Order: sequence, then structure tokens, then C-alpha cells
Amino acid sequence: MATKTDILTDLAAIVDEIAGVPADDVQLDKEFVGDLDVDSLSMVEIVVAAEEKFGVRIPDDQVKNLKTVGDAVDYIESAQS
Amino acid sequence: MTTDTNRTRVVVTGLGTTSPIGGDVTSTWEGLMSGQSGVNVLKHDWAEQLGTQIAAEVAVDPTDVLDRVKARRLDRSGQLALVAALEAWADAGFGDEGDEADPERLAVALASGIGGVQTLLSNYDVLKEKGPRRVSPLAIPMLMPNGPAASIGLTIGAKAAVHTPVSACASGNEAISLGIDLIRLGRADVVVVGGTEAAVHPLPMAAFGQMRALSSRNDEPEKASRPWDKGRDGFVLGEGAAVLVLESEEHASARGARVYAEAAGAGITADSHDIAQPDPSGSGATRAMKTALRESGLEAADICHINAHATSTPLGDIAEAQAIRQALGEDAAEGLVVTSTKSMTGHLLGAAGALESMATVLALHHRVVPPTVNLDDPEDVGLDIATARRDLPTGDIAALNNSFGFGGHNVAIAFRSA
Repeated sequence: MATKTDILTDLAAIVDEIAGVPADDVQLDKEFVGDLDVDSLSMVEIVVAAEEKFGVRIPDDQVKNLKTVGDAVDYIESAQS
Repeated sequence: MTTDTNRTRVVVTGLGTTSPIGGDVTSTWEGLMSGQSGVNVLKHDWAEQLGTQIAAEVAVDPTDVLDRVKARRLDRSGQLALVAALEAWADAGFGDEGDEADPERLAVALASGIGGVQTLLSNYDVLKEKGPRRVSPLAIPMLMPNGPAASIGLTIGAKAAVHTPVSACASGNEAISLGIDLIRLGRADVVVVGGTEAAVHPLPMAAFGQMRALSSRNDEPEKASRPWDKGRDGFVLGEGAAVLVLESEEHASARGARVYAEAAGAGITADSHDIAQPDPSGSGATRAMKTALRESGLEAADICHINAHATSTPLGDIAEAQAIRQALGEDAAEGLVVTSTKSMTGHLLGAAGALESMATVLALHHRVVPPTVNLDDPEDVGLDIATARRDLPTGDIAALNNSFGFGGHNVAIAFRSA
């Protein structure tokens, strides 16, 4: 099972690839919209890429709850278990 | 040379391109002048199944030039357009201190013949293989034909209007015509005009192949595009983009801009003959050239150079030559130097008019015409076709660029020396 750190590393790489946010800036307490300036279409891309990478399903009605990177890491971790 | 003083004079102050010959204007122009071909054998695996396995892909991949995140949000046609637009914008001096365009007086008219076809088809592949949730949320803004124009508008802050004329292979010239109109109608002071195309993909190539429109000279790619040569067997698909900055003379002169040439006028007609074949009488093309002359206040004798549409198809090249002689008259056609730069660049479809207008402007600016290569066994078309670089006269001179498109679209643009 992937640890939180592993998930963060992989998620940061996805955010870097899609939105051009340097992976080092993708920290657990950062908000996707407020801090990382990720727009709505890029967020959809990130969710889809995360689903593929982590083998989980992130329904649309859950996406709005994933405000911070930490929210997303927690969601992916629980969905994997 | 007569001049219609009632019309706002429109001038060309910036040029940009990324083409099969080079990644910018300088390398493209030098390549054209030296007769360099941009046509190559395709290295993609998918090409093996096709009858035509050659094309003129861009010399410099746009993803090597553009910001990575910006590039991944654009279709290849949008990437190419942005590269060309950024060069033209900087070339016009915008971005320099004191050289500014009022956003509400700044417009874009950037054409495409086919639009974001690579995005459309690659997302359809994803849909079939992985389902709807894997389709890119950026697919629509990437595949829509106005995507490249909109991304240029966003980049330079154009707020007067952003347009995308679509008329197949006449699209690029139609964008230039629209830009001239926007300035003459007082709707803008500066218009970034041009065309882009990125259709080197198995589906468009198979489809053009089924129309029997493409050359299949796979063993000699650099000799495949041979306008007016008796051995021609169709056009070579090219990709790329070219952009011109048009500006009212008043605006250009107020900021002390360098002027390449005057965009004097345009003629647009329709054949109403056939969806794909040119009217063999060439009458629509003739009327387009005559209209461009009239709108520009030019006489046939003023035209010393034509960059022809001449795509290397059996019917089209002959019909255009006849139309040129009809439009200018046999006397005027005597002092005229005609060329087809498609012999080197291939056919860039919706970007062709823009790239060839750029070549026409540079021919007037440098007073030298690039050659038509591969004209080994010429048809007798009654025109003086440049097979080597040819000097143009000094003094006040003018030139035409022709573009014709499937659907029976004919667009001629007249340029005169600055």
C-alpha cells in the first residue's frame, strides 16, 4: 500500500505535468485553486490522471471537497484501502 | 500607378512563421531563396499503410519552443500559430518601450482550414480505448477552429475582435482580407492576421489520398511538389503557420514602425462550379484578381510578381495560369514574374495564403522573387515562371498572392512596395 508520502510525490508530479506548478510547491496544506492557481479544467485533468495513476475512482461530487493537496492525498489513501 | 486616396492605407509591420523550411522568418526566407525543399519521407509508423508517405512537416517542433504547460493546452495547429504570432508581434516592435496597441483597437483574424483535427482524432481514440472519463476536458478549446486565434488574442490582449475565417485552402488569404477590412472600416488600428494548419495525420492524408489529390512520389520527396511541371501528380501536404501584423498607416507612422509593404486590397469570389474541382475556365480566380486590383487602385501593368496558388495538381495549375493571363491581359503578363513557393513548402492548406503572402511581402521588400523548384519539363502556360531567384525592378511596384480553396473559394491579395 502506498504511503501518504508516496501519494504526495506522485500527485505533485501530476500537478507539475498538467498545471506547471513546480512539484516542490505541491505541499499538503496548499489549496489547489487559492495557492496553486489550478483552474477548473486543469483540476478535471488532475483528477482523471490521479484516478489512472492510483487506481481509484474520484466521483465529481467528491472533487469539490478536495480543496487542499492534503484532502486529495487523504481521499486517495482511503479509497485505495 | 494610381492611388485611391479615399481608403485608409494598411501596412504590414510585422512577420512571423514556423514552416517546413525553418522555425522563423529569416530561416524560411533564406531557405526559399536557395530553393530548399521542406518535403520529407514520414517517419511515423502510421505512414506505412498510406499510398502517400511524404509530407512537409515543420522544421522546428513547436513544443521545443513554447512553454511546456502552454503547449499542452493547445492543439498542434494552435502551437504553430502561437509561435508565428509571437515572432510577428515582436518583429512589429510591440512589446518594446513606447510601442503599444490599445487593446480595444487590436484584433486577430487567424484562419485554419481544418482546425484541431489531431486533438479531435486523438481524443476519439481515447474515448474508444478508455471511455468518456479519459477524454481531455481541454479537447473542445483545443479542437475548435477558433482556438488558435483565441489563444493569440489572449496572449497579446486583443479586445476589438477575434475572428477565424474558414474557406479551406483560401482561409489564410481570407484572414488577411478581413484584417484589411477591419482597419478600413475603422474597427481596429492593428490586426494580427494569418493562418495555421497541422493536419499531417493518417486520416486527413488518407482522405486527401482518396480524392487523388496527393503526390505519391514517395521515393523522391523533394521533387514531389512540382507546380506546372508535366510530371506533377498532386500536392504535398504541409503544416505550419504564418502571421502578418497589419496596421493603419497612421498608427504605424505615429510609432515609427518599420513598414515591409502596403496591404493594398483584396478580391474574394466564389466559383459556384464544384465542391472540389477548380472551374476550368478560371473565371472566379480571374474575377478575384481583377477585384483585388480595382480595390487597390492598381493597374494590371503595376503587377510585377504573383505568388501563385499553384499546388502541383494537374487541373489547378493550368486553370490558374489561364486566369492570371485573363486577369492581367496578355501585355501585362509579359513583364510578370510568377512563382510557386509550394514547390518547396508543400501545401499548408489554411496557412498557405498567409505563408505565401509573407513571401510576397518579402519579395517586394527585398525586391527578389524566390524560385519555383522542380520545373524540369514545364507546361506551356504562357507565363514567365521563375526557376531561379529573380530580381524585381526598383521604384513603385506591386504583387499579388493567390489562394483558392475546395468549395470554390478564390482570394487574391494585392501588396505594393512601401
